[in-house]
Amino acid sequence: MDFGFSEEQDLLRAEVRKLLDARCPLEQVRKLMATEPGYSVELWSELAELGWLGLTIPEAFGGAGLSWIDFVVLLEETGRSLFPSPLVSTTLAAAAILDSGSEEQKARWLPGLADGTRIGTLALLEASDLIAPSGITLLGKPDGDSFLLSGRKHFVADAGAANLFVVAFRTGAGAEDLALAVLDGGAPGVRATSQATMDQTKRVGTLALDGARVPKSALLGPPGRAWPAIERLFDRGAIATTGEMIGAAEAALALTVQYAKDRIQFGHPIGKYQGVKHPLAEMYVDVESTKSLLYYAAWALGESPAEVPRSASLAKAYASDAFARIGIDGVQLHGAVGYTAEYDIQLYLKRSKWARPAFGDSDFHYERVARLGGL
Amino acid sequence: MDFKFTPEEEAFRDEVRAFLDANLPADANRNDFAFIAEWSRKVREKRWVGFSWPKEVGGGGGGIVEQVILKEEMAKRHAPPLGTCFMGLAWVGPSIVQYGTEAQKQRFIPDILDGKYQWCTGYSEPAVGSDLAALSCKGEREGDVYVVNGQKIWTSIAMWSKWMILLVRTDASSQSKHDGITCLLVEMSTPGIEVRPIQNMSGTAMFAEVFFNDVRVPVENRLGAEGQGWQVTVSALASERSSIAEVTAMFRKLEELAELAKKTTRNGAPAAKDARVRRQLAVFEAKIEAMRLNGLRYLTKQLRGEPLSSETSVNKLHRAELEVEMGDFALELLGSAHQYVRGADEAVDGGRWATGALNWPEVVIGGGTPNIQKNIIAERILHLPKD
Repeated sequence: MDFGFSEEQDLLRAEVRKLLDARCPLEQVRKLMATEPGYSVELWSELAELGWLGLTIPEAFGGAGLSWIDFVVLLEETGRSLFPSPLVSTTLAAAAILDSGSEEQKARWLPGLADGTRIGTLALLEASDLIAPSGITLLGKPDGDSFLLSGRKHFVADAGAANLFVVAFRTGAGAEDLALAVLDGGAPGVRATSQATMDQTKRVGTLALDGARVPKSALLGPPGRAWPAIERLFDRGAIATTGEMIGAAEAALALTVQYAKDRIQFGHPIGKYQGVKHPLAEMYVDVESTKSLLYYAAWALGESPAEVPRSASLAKAYASDAFARIGIDGVQLHGAVGYTAEYDIQLYLKRSKWARPAFGDSDFHYERVARLGGL
Repeated sequence: MDFKFTPEEEAFRDEVRAFLDANLPADANRNDFAFIAEWSRKVREKRWVGFSWPKEVGGGGGGIVEQVILKEEMAKRHAPPLGTCFMGLAWVGPSIVQYGTEAQKQRFIPDILDGKYQWCTGYSEPAVGSDLAALSCKGEREGDVYVVNGQKIWTSIAMWSKWMILLVRTDASSQSKHDGITCLLVEMSTPGIEVRPIQNMSGTAMFAEVFFNDVRVPVENRLGAEGQGWQVTVSALASERSSIAEVTAMFRKLEELAELAKKTTRNGAPAAKDARVRRQLAVFEAKIEAMRLNGLRYLTKQLRGEPLSSETSVNKLHRAELEVEMGDFALELLGSAHQYVRGADEAVDGGRWATGALNWPEVVIGGGTPNIQKNIIAERILHLPKD
């Protein structure tokens, strides 16, 4: 029994921290937010050289072959920095291929995702925002050895940056007649557009498909049986999102604690008053508890797959409510300055808004926990 | 990160399970005196009472992880407690093991392990509350006795105890309020001690006020040096290990709540189908699971020899919140029927939910209120200025 990080993981964390502090502090994040791609192309290739893009991809396919616990370490730090990049999306696309793809498909796509030449993302959801087989209505029309797709996928993370899309679509009217396929962003009939969004460190957009062709060789797993794989992707997405949420929540807490020490009112730092210190203590309780729930879920991904649905749902549900509160309390405890563009705390509030529904909000995940518990 | 146990630890778990299979039949009546006596004798024989205390004093000499396994397996089966001297095992014994003289160890430890009689803890005072070190109950040295005058309050099970571990102020002039406190072991039958039980809102009495009027305590019953009482107390409090058994019991209570939701209705439909009821039960599950995992993270720190700050306040806060919310949620599920208490023909499950929902202060306030826990986190972990 050992519920702690290894020395290697502590080193990885320190390395990530050092690079982000040096190369992408918050003033740099603010500059990147205002650019068209929304992230630094130069830093992206550096991350590839450091092996972080292919962290969870096996060495045989150009990755570092590490675990999702290592990835969570990385994500806590990118979350802390609000680091804008398609890192999570690319890792999730790679997970889809690793989980469901053939050896040939892995060899075709994974090295490009690991070395940063391909940027991947998931295109699972539609306008209903429903995480369930019935939420996928995009119908693949059989055409010889291919399917033709016409319709839209919504809430696609990093839609503007990605050039590889893992798309979920329907192969028939049966409840779970679903398929997963890899689409090239440059193929005919494929057009992704980035939308104007609240949190400019997390770009989201739409994938419009107009007769896009999915050849058999691009299908991940047999058509008509993809739901379990799609559900696993949602679980990984929930775990990855929670990883970044913890880092961001911890940063929001640290910013607010510092402000409470510095800001003098009625002759004392406001952190002396229980009206201020108690919400900060509650934030700490939530950060600690989210960490525990998340680390267990990330461990289960590698070591105890049967426990993933419950543990991922508990982590994302708890984190969604907790981080939403932390974002609001963080701004509130700053007083009016927290609401200004100049102060950083508002950036974290926006991140909390982005993260709450991503891969399922607390209502969705708590309902799933109730169902899994036999209610 | 690894949640697997070693083969030795798994073998110990099997041993515990086999013991439970053999000695705790599913229909065992946990309120039956003869059964409890027999059970206590058997766990004592296994050296599972005082499991982690050194073997020299009669303890089990067990490790931290085995202790977690033991408590977890016991709690899963709703086993009776390990040992019957509750305060003695929780606070008094660890203090005597660490600070007691050889004579004190020989005199008290075997009785605590055998559960021969109860102990109570004379810490809280009326005007003191959470600022325990501000206590004023006086102990004046006169030759080979301390003469004690003053009052204690919220003393759990004082009326059933033969001995008390008592904190008194022996030096009012010391610079820090933490100095000048001395720890005494006091026989409750000593002349000058008066115990007055305090009635709870649930109709029971668990704690009492205790008055001291020229109570003479032999110096040989002092635990630790004169003026060292604060350290003796703090290290006993610190010996409180992770809350795994508590968590297992809370998971069981959650299951009972889910069962209750299946047999009660809301708006004319089964409560278990109501979205808010389902969500609330899942929220409880998340908090209890967070407690379990927080406990394992802090346990890992202990095992690695890393210092713990005041992280245990995190679980104390969860526990307090859950105790109030789960108790109250049961009443909500029962609707108007929750008003029937023990003795009413219409009472559901013998009225236990009502009693449970009124007994939360014992857990929530005992050991420091939630507001005190938040102050501890804010000041000791986040380093915010003191009140």
